[in-house]
Amino acid sequence: MTRFQKALRSSIGRKWVMALSGLALCGFVLAHMAGNLQLFAGPEKLNAYAKGLQDLGPLLWAARIGLLSVFAIHVATALKLAAENRAARPQRYAVTQHDTSTLASRTMVLTGLLVLAFAVYHLCHFTWHVGASDAIAKAVAPDAYTLASGGRTKDVYAMVVLGFRSPVIALSYVAAMAVLALHLSHGVSSVFQTLGCTSPRLECARKWAGPAFGALVFAGNCSMPVAVLAGMVGSEVR
Amino acid sequence: MSAKLDLKLHVWRQKGPGDAGRFETHEMKGVSDHISFLEMMDVLNEALIAGGKEPVAFEHDCREGICGTCSMVINGEPHGPLKATTTCQLHMRHFKSGDEIWVEPWRARAFPVMKDLVVDRNAFDRIVQNGGFISANTGSAPDGNALPVPKTDADLAFEAAACIGCGACVAACPNGSAMLFVAAKASHLNHLPQGQPERAARVLGMLDQADAELFGNCTNHYECGAACPKEIPVRVIAELNRDYAKAALAVEEPRAAGGGDG
Repeated sequence: MTRFQKALRSSIGRKWVMALSGLALCGFVLAHMAGNLQLFAGPEKLNAYAKGLQDLGPLLWAARIGLLSVFAIHVATALKLAAENRAARPQRYAVTQHDTSTLASRTMVLTGLLVLAFAVYHLCHFTWHVGASDAIAKAVAPDAYTLASGGRTKDVYAMVVLGFRSPVIALSYVAAMAVLALHLSHGVSSVFQTLGCTSPRLECARKWAGPAFGALVFAGNCSMPVAVLAGMVGSEVR
Repeated sequence: MSAKLDLKLHVWRQKGPGDAGRFETHEMKGVSDHISFLEMMDVLNEALIAGGKEPVAFEHDCREGICGTCSMVINGEPHGPLKATTTCQLHMRHFKSGDEIWVEPWRARAFPVMKDLVVDRNAFDRIVQNGGFISANTGSAPDGNALPVPKTDADLAFEAAACIGCGACVAACPNGSAMLFVAAKASHLNHLPQGQPERAARVLGMLDQADAELFGNCTNHYECGAACPKEIPVRVIAELNRDYAKAALAVEEPRAAGGGDG
């Protein structure tokens, strides 16, 4: 085993794996959110964007496999670390007090698994259309929408609007984003420590980057179900 | 003017490493608020001995807060509720009459309980033996100021060198990780010119040993820094993370860190 392979299995090596895979996933979360926010720009923009992604073909599959691998590495490493950490203290304390650890830092495994469960739910909902109503099934037909360019594509816009008109579904997305925000608030701030940033000038960034990023993702992603539910978006979809 | 405290003490009793252990409750009447926590334990032990019972085993040495021998998790906090203070320097005036106090040993798989509140901290010694030193030639001592050390480096090294190796960081960490200890010992030498030749071998070796001792993994809770009686800053862990990555990725093999026999 080379020095590098051994390092990858060490506690700090895996800390780096968690930080770098987490950063990659943060990149995905941001890009996914930026793309979806085109909901506010109307059906033409969003549907053209969705078709553009579909038309990437093999590139799209490469991105999907890459994303899935990073996700799997992040989750598998976390579960292994968490199991080791539990085993490192076989006898619990009768009394525990928390000082600097936060709700977010202590619940990373739980919030992470909830985000994983949400990702599966989200795919079932918007990608595989499990249990979709007739209206949604009609919207996701490959020729449901005619673009300004003349091409025909799925009506992703109508699908999202119809989906989020259900208060239960819209609120489940808001709840999931709250969990994700909590996860990010510890994760993103931790990246600075893990990657060895010790500059006193970045002390403030270290502390607030996580909560700020979590709040941004929460606000951006929740704006869509909330806007649909409030009737501010999608009034043209019947 | 001294006050007398009546306390209810729940002390962890364990016959040996194989014993399951349990709490034993003692009512303490008229404890002077001038005495230290360890002196309160002495009072308890005197009473136990007078009653023909086995005294509570606990570790102590200098009793002036600098040796790192005393331990005890008091009401869920290593070294008790006072910041930057070891158990021996914690005085009973920080408690109120009627308080219930839970006294437990450091709890970590790598620190097995030997008896009552005494744990085996040899894992720390083995970590230091794996890189927490510099190699120096014997012979005449070099001139005191022959090797210039910038003031900022000296200060950073000294902050880390304040570690007394008591293990409160492990006891406080929700994961039972020893990262603050490992990082303090590495940072202490890595900020000094004398520490440079073995820098890469030091971080690789010490972390390797810490992992082998089955301490937990650091997940940035920072409870260690809050519990540390010497207030070692958690930035030393960030330094270790960086140094470790550099050492793991370096092209050249690190110079072997070999402990001499003296």
